[in-house]
Amino acid sequence: MPRARPGTSVPSVSSDPRARVSITINGELVEREVSIRMLLSDFLRHELRLTGTHVGCEHGVCGACTVLIDGKAGRSCLTLAVQASGHEVRTIESLAAEDGTLHPIQAAFQDCHALQCGYCTPGMIMNIVGMFESGEPLDLSDEGIRLALSGNLCRCTGYQNIVAAVRKAAESLPAG
Amino acid sequence: MSTRAFGSRIKRTVDPALLRGEGAFVDDIPLANPLHAAFVRSPYARAKIASIDVSAARAHPGVVAVYTGEDIGVLDREMPLLIPHPSMTDARTQRPLAKDDVYYVGQTVVMVVAVDRYTAEDAVALVEVDYDPLPVEVDIEAAVKPGAPLVHATHPGNVAAYFVQVSGKPDETIPQAEHVTKIKVKVERSTAAPMECRAVAAQFDAVTGELTVWDGTQAPISVRGGLASIFGLDEDKVRVIAPNVGGGFGQKVLLFYPDELLVPMAAMQLGRPVKYIEDRRENFIGSSQERTQVHEIELYAKKTGEVIALRDSFLHDTGAFIPYGIAVAQVASTSIAGPYRIPNIWVEFTAVYTPTVPVTPYRGCGRPQSCFAIERAMDQLAEELGLDRLEVRRRNLIRDDQFPWTREGLLFADGLRVSLDSGQYAKALEMVSDRLDIPGFTAHQGKALSEGRYLGLGLGFYVEGTGLGPYEGGHIKVHPITGKVYVNTGLTAQGQGHETVFGQIVADQLGVAVEDVILVEGDTRAFDWGVATFASRAAVVSGNAIYKTALIVRKQIIHAAANMLEASEDDIELRDGAAWIRGTDRHAPLAAIATATNPLRYAFNDAAKAATQFAPASRHDGPPLDEGQHPGLEATDYYSPACATWAYGVHAAILEVDPDLCSVKIHKYVCIHDCGNMINPTIVEGQVMGGIAQGIGGAMYERIEYDPEGNPLNANFVDFLIPYATEVPNVEVLHLETPSPLNPLGVKGVGEAGCIAVGAVIASGIEDALAPLGAGKFRQTPITPSMIHAALVAH
Ligand code: FES
Ligand code: FES
Repeated sequence: MPRARPGTSVPSVSSDPRARVSITINGELVEREVSIRMLLSDFLRHELRLTGTHVGCEHGVCGACTVLIDGKAGRSCLTLAVQASGHEVRTIESLAAEDGTLHPIQAAFQDCHALQCGYCTPGMIMNIVGMFESGEPLDLSDEGIRLALSGNLCRCTGYQNIVAAVRKAAESLPAG
Repeated sequence: MSTRAFGSRIKRTVDPALLRGEGAFVDDIPLANPLHAAFVRSPYARAKIASIDVSAARAHPGVVAVYTGEDIGVLDREMPLLIPHPSMTDARTQRPLAKDDVYYVGQTVVMVVAVDRYTAEDAVALVEVDYDPLPVEVDIEAAVKPGAPLVHATHPGNVAAYFVQVSGKPDETIPQAEHVTKIKVKVERSTAAPMECRAVAAQFDAVTGELTVWDGTQAPISVRGGLASIFGLDEDKVRVIAPNVGGGFGQKVLLFYPDELLVPMAAMQLGRPVKYIEDRRENFIGSSQERTQVHEIELYAKKTGEVIALRDSFLHDTGAFIPYGIAVAQVASTSIAGPYRIPNIWVEFTAVYTPTVPVTPYRGCGRPQSCFAIERAMDQLAEELGLDRLEVRRRNLIRDDQFPWTREGLLFADGLRVSLDSGQYAKALEMVSDRLDIPGFTAHQGKALSEGRYLGLGLGFYVEGTGLGPYEGGHIKVHPITGKVYVNTGLTAQGQGHETVFGQIVADQLGVAVEDVILVEGDTRAFDWGVATFASRAAVVSGNAIYKTALIVRKQIIHAAANMLEASEDDIELRDGAAWIRGTDRHAPLAAIATATNPLRYAFNDAAKAATQFAPASRHDGPPLDEGQHPGLEATDYYSPACATWAYGVHAAILEVDPDLCSVKIHKYVCIHDCGNMINPTIVEGQVMGGIAQGIGGAMYERIEYDPEGNPLNANFVDFLIPYATEVPNVEVLHLETPSPLNPLGVKGVGEAGCIAVGAVIASGIEDALAPLGAGKFRQTPITPSMIHAALVAH
């Protein structure tokens, strides 16, 4: 197998036009120059190394990439980084306490075995956080919770334990 | 430990990191300035490649390399056939990059490596490939007919494999039948669709000569072996790590996907880390799928309903290549008699090449298809004989006292015999009947009907050969500084909670808390020998290997502790992370014992200081280590099963069909299942519920659609329907625990169990619900609203 020749230099950046973005991420103002077509999901994951936000489809269907944009659940795979400029973004990394203590929704997920591979989990949780923090009353019936989760795909759990986790979290969090 | 960890609902130790977003999936691994790969893929199901022009792509700014089949050296070859079998002749596997011919839409033709994925995709669009399209046939029943266009000119009739298996004396028994039931069923193609697509990243260290590959695979050790052998490297110079993996369900255990070879190659050539992160469309057109089978099954019965013989002939779609051999079809054929005695079996299959994405095992691996065939046939037999559906099953189920029930003559996918080892089949059926009040259902159904509502009862019984060999191993070491217990095995997990269940097994034997057992797997550096995570085998094969290893370490601890505490070994008990002289408070912590068993100990810490106090642990006559003795508390052992252990279960549901909307609502879904002794019931239930959700997908929603030219029509999550929370019912899971007599822990596998029976349950339920409208039979899954509509108007 031929190996790299010493001194070969390979490029490091594309020739995409770039733009400056300033986004408040998890409470901190972040300024960067990025390709104008970079997705918010890639910006979070590759530029900032906030890899807790996952991508499952990059076409807006699975919800794995869900973050809070100005407090509302949004698809970071359908948002360009430049579109998020001037806005506030919250990701899964903002939830647990400094010492790692889980947020009540995260704790409920562990208690109820609401995750298996954990790939859908951050998006699922950010969606739920958005609901709890929305100030809207929550319908905690089975159907109500399932409807609320219906923007997030999970291929592992069969959802039943996620429904239970939402209900459990609601007990410890004042809904609305 | 006063309470046993084995069997307890212990919370998963892996969860907090995943919940905080600290999981490390392949694309999360920080690499220094990585390059990104993207592929030019065939837009034709079958075509000759006339020419490839990559000049514009090469010239594109930000592009680092462009590879065609001509540029990949040793990789320009057909990839390995994993499991050869005499039923196949000249089995065809694919080349990493197509040469001369393409065989399915999505096949990789050219690889582009660029500074980022955006640029790589731009350059992919600049590659010009000239194709001469060829005629195709994607329907398996048409593909085997004379004159059908061939996928491979080498294989007339598109036959990839043909195999017959016989158990008992079907030919002699069939004439004695008093009744024959014959039906034809079809299961359509689906895909595993793990939420994380496949991903590979590689880095080559020119100083050490070491190649490191992060691969979202279910089989890192096998990937390492393959890479070393294909690239001619020493196995020790190749390290394969499967970090957190976002679901696998079988799709992530094909050796090799083109990218698994090409990405390491590029990393070695270019001197920079390279990664390929598959996108969802690529997962639909480039990663394995499964399920299409057409069965024609015949039951030969007595008037009583007792089935004395079975014949099944089926077609199995293997896609454009057959890299995994006949595994899926073989599992289907050996599972065809389900939980029933049926002593005489004749089963044949033809594996058929079609110009579509290659087929390899997807959770269930042929079992959902054979379950669908036998269960639909049992329902039909009941109807024809005027028997209750449960009664006809009762009369045929293997009785508790008949285990082990061996189907002489059938060989399972591991080449070993089919012997159903233990179970309480009749009890499972009674449990489901009680739970759903099946005897009272007819009245309930009649009442609903009088109100214009169509209720149906669905039923499906399944068996599952689990825990396939050939072996797995376990390595355990007690850490001298912390006293924590490190466990290694050759597997990797995609959400099954190995760290917790293996931790439970070890915790009981060594008297430590589950959190103090640390599992390191999915890394070839952690353990050298092993097979892979598939076929519901981890708990059975690795679980027992780790258990056997724990027994050895337990002995070592007790022996050393007895020396240190100057007590008899019989008086030592292990609990709370220490060895105690029973009934006293004299004890030695595990860390001290681990330290004391190493003749070299500097007093770095309290454990070491404490260890030196125990004079009898050190000796002053002869060498500090006896012949054959090793320092520390450490052992390795293996478990190799003699044959699969068979789990089983029965599912039933009450559902309602709205004949106007042609929609189906599941009111109640009950699953009785038995996977032997359960290590962690919560994790077992999670596996079962997740499997059922996937089964619901296959039963009602998921179908990979190809047009007649072989173009996939729904290669995205908008058009390929995976159930959301709104489509999956609440499921009640009830356990039976009949220990397996085949392994020390008495466990059976459960990973695939949930999905197997669901298609049969839904089809029989819909059929039952719509019987009053004369809608006829439902013998194909998924059952879509349009199929229900067609059935209703056909009447
Ligand atoms: S990755 Fe954004 S919705 Fe799927
Ligand atoms: S836990 Fe694996 S996809 Fe949801």
